[in-house]
Amino acid sequence: MFFLLIFSFSISAKDTPNDAGGSITVSTYNIPHYTERIELYRKVKGDTLYKEAGLISLYKGEFDDTLAVAGESYLYRARAITKDTVYIAMTEEFVSSSPQWFNKSRTAVLLFIVIFGSFVFVFIQLAKKNPEGLFIRRLPAIDAIDEAVGRSTEMGKPVLFIPGIEYITDAGTLASITILQRVGKKVAEYGTRIIHANFDPVVMTAAQETLKTAYAEAGRPDAFNKDDVFYLTSEQFGFAAGVDGIMERERPGAIFLQGYFYAESLILAETGYSIGAIQIAGTNATTQLPFFVAACDYVLMGEEMFAASAYISREPRLLGSIKGSDLTKSILLGLIGIGVTFGTVASLLKQAGNPAYMEIFNKVLDFLAMGAR
Amino acid sequence: MNISTSPWVWIAALLTLMIYSFLYKENPFYRLAEHIFMGLSIGYAVVIIWYNYVLVRVYKPLFFPPHQWSLIFPILLGTMIFGIFSKKYTWLIKYPFAFYIAGYAGISIPVTLQAFVLKQVEASFLTPEKFSSIPGSINSILIFVGLITTLIFFYFSTKREHGFGTAAKVGIVFIMVAFGASFGYTVMARISLLIGRMQFLIQDWLGIM
Repeated sequence: MFFLLIFSFSISAKDTPNDAGGSITVSTYNIPHYTERIELYRKVKGDTLYKEAGLISLYKGEFDDTLAVAGESYLYRARAITKDTVYIAMTEEFVSSSPQWFNKSRTAVLLFIVIFGSFVFVFIQLAKKNPEGLFIRRLPAIDAIDEAVGRSTEMGKPVLFIPGIEYITDAGTLASITILQRVGKKVAEYGTRIIHANFDPVVMTAAQETLKTAYAEAGRPDAFNKDDVFYLTSEQFGFAAGVDGIMERERPGAIFLQGYFYAESLILAETGYSIGAIQIAGTNATTQLPFFVAACDYVLMGEEMFAASAYISREPRLLGSIKGSDLTKSILLGLIGIGVTFGTVASLLKQAGNPAYMEIFNKVLDFLAMGAR
Repeated sequence: MNISTSPWVWIAALLTLMIYSFLYKENPFYRLAEHIFMGLSIGYAVVIIWYNYVLVRVYKPLFFPPHQWSLIFPILLGTMIFGIFSKKYTWLIKYPFAFYIAGYAGISIPVTLQAFVLKQVEASFLTPEKFSSIPGSINSILIFVGLITTLIFFYFSTKREHGFGTAAKVGIVFIMVAFGASFGYTVMARISLLIGRMQFLIQDWLGIM
């Protein structure tokens, strides 16, 4: 009898940890052999009847009741059904869910943000004191901007700038706005026309303001034509068709494809190539980089776009971020090296009968994986 | 040959041919299809935004009980964007932009760190288990060397000289190999799209096969 009591089918319920409330986790113990399914029912405090809550996964033995209302108290009852028997288990105390202020599973993320953030902060302060003192290597694509705008001017053709098809919140779009500032200034100095076709109206507004400022900085605010910065459409291939048409009709001498692109990247880059324009591309969309590399003259790959923004503007905040990210990269490189060496040694020691170091190594991996979940 | 009698199939087929005519050169047929495409997409987007966002998320919650008066703040913030139309109030657009960009950055930074940094660091910790077979060993060494040299390629604070320059050159080789594989894979997918369109023209429109 005692044996049966210990090993009988039972369930427990608790508030799901690290969430915004509204979820209770029900766990099962000693699931009877040959159980076909486990039905879960719940009862709200004050009610008399249990209502169906769902089926508990036999593989996991757990169920997250995400339909529970935060603050309400529940009792749970489970029915484990085998071919000829129904086993019943119940929770004895009411359980309620509530939100947690701190998600412990994100501790690794917080740690990285604090470390990375402090590096950036320190470098921003350094850049404010002496912006020229922070070295950032030259990027050929940035040096080519003057060449491209100059070529367009000599040919009497306009410059076309496409800021990708993402919204203003995308880091690539923001970087493209900084690059636009440099292009806009050069275009204004050389007296060339710039066409800026947009996928998103908010990006269009930001581009208009940026170009207006660039023209003013070049001392030619009157030369800025607001109508050359326009919205096309927010449909991906409609936008690609529109830009292709502009390329063929306007025949720009230089094309800047800067921002986040999707499948339309090759269509745009190939059309630009076919009209003989000098093309400078830049994107943080890694899947589209191969197409730009194949069809454009110069390409800013991923993080190079952000470095380019800092290189162009010498803005302390951008310089500080690039420097901070470089230092973080160095630390990550060191961590990977240490991790590989430590993991190898720990594994060899485990084979020799000392598993303690392997356990430490696994805990570190769990800590990182916890943040990656 | 069993040519389709459906007007919709004919419209789709003719528009497809008009777009493909761009392969020869830009022409009035392409221009017509381009403008139909853009006009339809803008019209469709306006209808979607009106019915799925303005009516459902703004008008109904604000004007029908239970009134969600807190919505007035985001609406006011959004309205500030219209400041662009006035020289006097252009400065207003700074506030929705700042709110929008900062809010999104706050949401996306932890997600990006989790998905791209921590997970990658965890996956790159090589252990002897990964060296249990010869192909596994080669693979692990390639991943390790590729990761380190690629990271060095994207290092901007130092001049590319001596060992650093060599490591960056090795890094770019790894990057280009990855790009080549990605290029080939995508071209295959694009060809399958072309085949789909050809099937439509030959089967659904002309009824040849």
